[in-house]
Amino acid sequence: MTNEGVCPGARVHSVSKGTEMSDHPWRQHGMSDAEYERIVELLGRHPNPLELGLFAVLWSEHCGYKHSRRALRRFPTRGPQVLVGPGENAGVVDVGGGLAVAFRMESHNHPCAVEPYQGAATGVGGIIRDILAMGARPIALLDSLRFGPPTDPHSVRIAQGVVAGIAGYGNCVGVPTVGGEIAFDPAYAGNPLCNVVCVGVLPRNRLTRAAAHSVGNICVLVGQHTGRDGIHGATFASVELDESSESRRPSVQVGDPFREKLVIEACLEIVEQGLAAAIQDMGAAGITSSLAETAARGGTGVEVEIDAVPQREPGMTPYEVMLSESQERMLVIVEPQNVAAVQTICAKWGVQAAPIARITEDGLFTVRWHGEVVGQVPVRFLTEDVPAYDPPARPPTYLSTTRQLQAAAFAWVNEVQGRLSPAEQLLALLASPTVASKAWAYRQYDHQVQTRTQLLPGQADAALLWLKESPTRSQAIALATDGNGRLCYLDPRRGGRRAVAEAARNVACTGARPVALTNCLNFGNPDDPEIFWQFTEAIAGMSEAAEALGTPVTGGNVSFYNESGQGAIHPTPVVGMLGVAEQAQRCRGLAPTGVGQPLLLLGALYPPGWPDRPEQALIESLAGSQYQALFGSSLAGQPADVDLELEQKVQQGLLALYERGWVTAAHDCSEGGLAVTLAEMALAAGIGIRATLPDGQGRLTAVLAAFGEWPSRVVVALHERKQVGEVQRLLAADGVISIYLGETTAEPLLRLMTGKAEDWLALDLAALRQAYQTIPFARAASNACSGAVEEAREAGGACHVGQQQGPLDNGVSQGRG
Amino acid sequence: MNAIGVVVFPGSNCDQDCLWALSVLGAEAVPVWHESTDLSGLVALILPGGFSYGDYLRAGAIARFSPVMQAVARQAEAGLPVLGICNGFQILCEAGLLPGALLPNVSGRFQCEPVHVRVETARTPVTATCEPGTVLQLPIAHAQGRYFAPDAALADLEAREQVVFRYVNAAGEPTPESNPNGSLHAIAGVCNREGNVIGMMPHPERAVHPQLGSTDGRLLLAALQKVGVSWRGPGTDGGGGQRAPAAASVELNAQAAAGSGGGRQWQ
Repeated sequence: MTNEGVCPGARVHSVSKGTEMSDHPWRQHGMSDAEYERIVELLGRHPNPLELGLFAVLWSEHCGYKHSRRALRRFPTRGPQVLVGPGENAGVVDVGGGLAVAFRMESHNHPCAVEPYQGAATGVGGIIRDILAMGARPIALLDSLRFGPPTDPHSVRIAQGVVAGIAGYGNCVGVPTVGGEIAFDPAYAGNPLCNVVCVGVLPRNRLTRAAAHSVGNICVLVGQHTGRDGIHGATFASVELDESSESRRPSVQVGDPFREKLVIEACLEIVEQGLAAAIQDMGAAGITSSLAETAARGGTGVEVEIDAVPQREPGMTPYEVMLSESQERMLVIVEPQNVAAVQTICAKWGVQAAPIARITEDGLFTVRWHGEVVGQVPVRFLTEDVPAYDPPARPPTYLSTTRQLQAAAFAWVNEVQGRLSPAEQLLALLASPTVASKAWAYRQYDHQVQTRTQLLPGQADAALLWLKESPTRSQAIALATDGNGRLCYLDPRRGGRRAVAEAARNVACTGARPVALTNCLNFGNPDDPEIFWQFTEAIAGMSEAAEALGTPVTGGNVSFYNESGQGAIHPTPVVGMLGVAEQAQRCRGLAPTGVGQPLLLLGALYPPGWPDRPEQALIESLAGSQYQALFGSSLAGQPADVDLELEQKVQQGLLALYERGWVTAAHDCSEGGLAVTLAEMALAAGIGIRATLPDGQGRLTAVLAAFGEWPSRVVVALHERKQVGEVQRLLAADGVISIYLGETTAEPLLRLMTGKAEDWLALDLAALRQAYQTIPFARAASNACSGAVEEAREAGGACHVGQQQGPLDNGVSQGRG
Repeated sequence: MNAIGVVVFPGSNCDQDCLWALSVLGAEAVPVWHESTDLSGLVALILPGGFSYGDYLRAGAIARFSPVMQAVARQAEAGLPVLGICNGFQILCEAGLLPGALLPNVSGRFQCEPVHVRVETARTPVTATCEPGTVLQLPIAHAQGRYFAPDAALADLEAREQVVFRYVNAAGEPTPESNPNGSLHAIAGVCNREGNVIGMMPHPERAVHPQLGSTDGRLLLAALQKVGVSWRGPGTDGGGGQRAPAAASVELNAQAAAGSGGGRQWQ
């Protein structure tokens, strides 16, 4: 690449000459030659090594969103409910009653690939601090996890490490882990995904913004000493994983949840006393990014004194101090007269509070060390002049194969029917790791601390958190995460639309109105045009759905370079949806509350194309489905699209039933189709279900009716049979078709019949439960427990590895739906 | 003042939950900072759950050295009702105010799930209004809850009616499956010989409202409050405090027997 091609006519020093640059140090920072040339052009000189480090982290993909910034502008971000949109530490939504909710999702994929426990733990710690920076008390965590197949020992090690790390950090820090999702697919064997959502609540009038407007204010570093850990974490996150990744382990930080808990309490006390002019989390790129971003938002400068930063070890260079990613640190910007009061609060909590920097009017980022200026660059060069790329995009070549399929390519469906009975197929689906109960994971998380979790993991399609601080005492918020890499692989636009639609539907299934979303966009290397096409298509699809459903995007995170020797992951945008319920008492989970309750199917009763185009119906209802993943020959076909107008009507119709207090349970049809939905409802309630498959009197095969996957379908349980007519009329008036499926029964049996009233499948709850409670890596789990088992037997106790059967152990997957 | 104190250690997570739960019951409750050494005026004390001092070294091992624990020991000696929940139970054992120890769960993991416990005795301030044999559904959330004591000590605990709660199934029977963590004798809670210091692994404060799934915890916290108020420590009436909880428990037992049973009478 030549200089001329990048910055024509600019004052660029030739980088190929000049002895001091002969070793291309910027390349070790993950910068391109052109980017370095741009820095030289901006500064009018070469940066010194410290300054180069500042540019490297703030211009990294992780901090600078170089490849994604323009594409992300497509997202709808406005709405009357949105108090803070993208660009701050977290999005903030007005939920009424004088309360606001801050929420955001962030990825920690690469650290988890290298060091699963600490990678996940520090992911949790980091997103909590983002919420804290808005002045909100963190009240809940959700995790969206993707791992390689449980038959792969390496993937098992990563899965167990990540879950243990989430538990280890979240439990200790006192924030409940209330939901999320876990999926297994070979696409993630070399590069797992760990996306964490944190949610906080605050009085609307106490919203804290991370902008340093007032010159002379002091930046106080609150929390841990700064050490040599995590230097270059941001740049590590911005390259692909390869054999050398193991050597990057020092780039993974170590978390201390106890310290984080103290930092939380100290910061909230500072905020409550009105002492903070602004707060900023100190995450990727440490002191550098938090100071630069705070000053940039305020249009000011900042002068940092390296000697004032409490350091964990002697002899640290300014470079190391500025780029350290030591955990459990926050930046609190205070007026000079309030510094002492802030230090008093921190001392009470045993937390260090060191004034390290001053807000200046010169617009410069100045680093001082031992009385000298060792680095000085304009703040805006670091934060506003970040390169923005429009990489080339083109549809992946594999689509020409996966989309040209004829029905013949689904001949395996008939083969499966010859080999397995419907009951065996359902049991296999229930036992598949992505569908089966996630109790093995969520039982390790404290999901009830803070006493506001109304619907626990496994009890509903979304977590429901009671807002005890609301004036009415009856408000609640619902949260769900959803993403489906297989659908996005086959059609990123439809996959993006469906992720948003399903996350919203999950929230609506609890009786809460979806109001806004956050997201994590997990993709491969954006320099690959096929990957970048996936990225832009997914954003377009998500945007269309977010617009149609009235759920603006309030922030999120982009994670590129999710590739390993085995290639790129499936494109996996994950949505975190927030919903609000005014009458928490009316909210329900997925378990019908009694025998004889009628079950209705709402929405898209039949797959797209049915009945006129049976081939389309076949392909679209199975492409990317769990059924195809389990029984099919390969991932193929174009998955069903979501009719956003219908989706909106279905969700509003469901909420209308909730408003009348008619709903006893609701569960959406998702992975595994209607049969899995009904099985999960029966298992959750511990009672039987007798239902007729909506197969259009036999014109849709029972297999598709039972196991096919297409969006906009919800099963609702009502109190009494006699309500059915009225409910159907009400729904029809709102443009929502519904069909009576059957009812709950005292007989502990799931019985599915065809439209011709023939028995198609009958399974007792015990068999369903056994399949559903399959632990994906039971052998590994039992090995881990074996020592304790022996010990316990000697002591007369017993060992349970996630197999407990309490009355609330409904064994339903963790928020999957 | 008739307040129940809730101790706040660095790393306590359930202090606010306990204060809230007591407020739901209409009980007066105040936080007590871990550096405080003055517990006068309190009618009872709760050591809440969480990870005090990060649970570094061992759960509860560092908290026992905090200033407040010396005051707790003095007041406990004088008969103040003291309830340790989860981490609070671990701290009381580490401090020697309760017998035994809490070891890592046999699963080797943190476990968060609902359990059933059976009330084994009504002689403590938290069970004063329960019929022995009452089965309660409460959540647990711990990694180190396996109760352990040497055989002789266990026999002594049983003989002196110091086992307060036992893990059972919904029908009230202790079975291997109903013991979540491998506790010896399926012990979920114990008290000291006098009965005024109680430790339990399940969280009653998480089960005080229908929206949270169970209200069985109300029974225990409400009893603590009633017994506490009727207790007069040495600082107020000059002695005799140790007898009061027992006397109160008799009276409240009569109330419970007259009621419909279960934890609903104070709703």
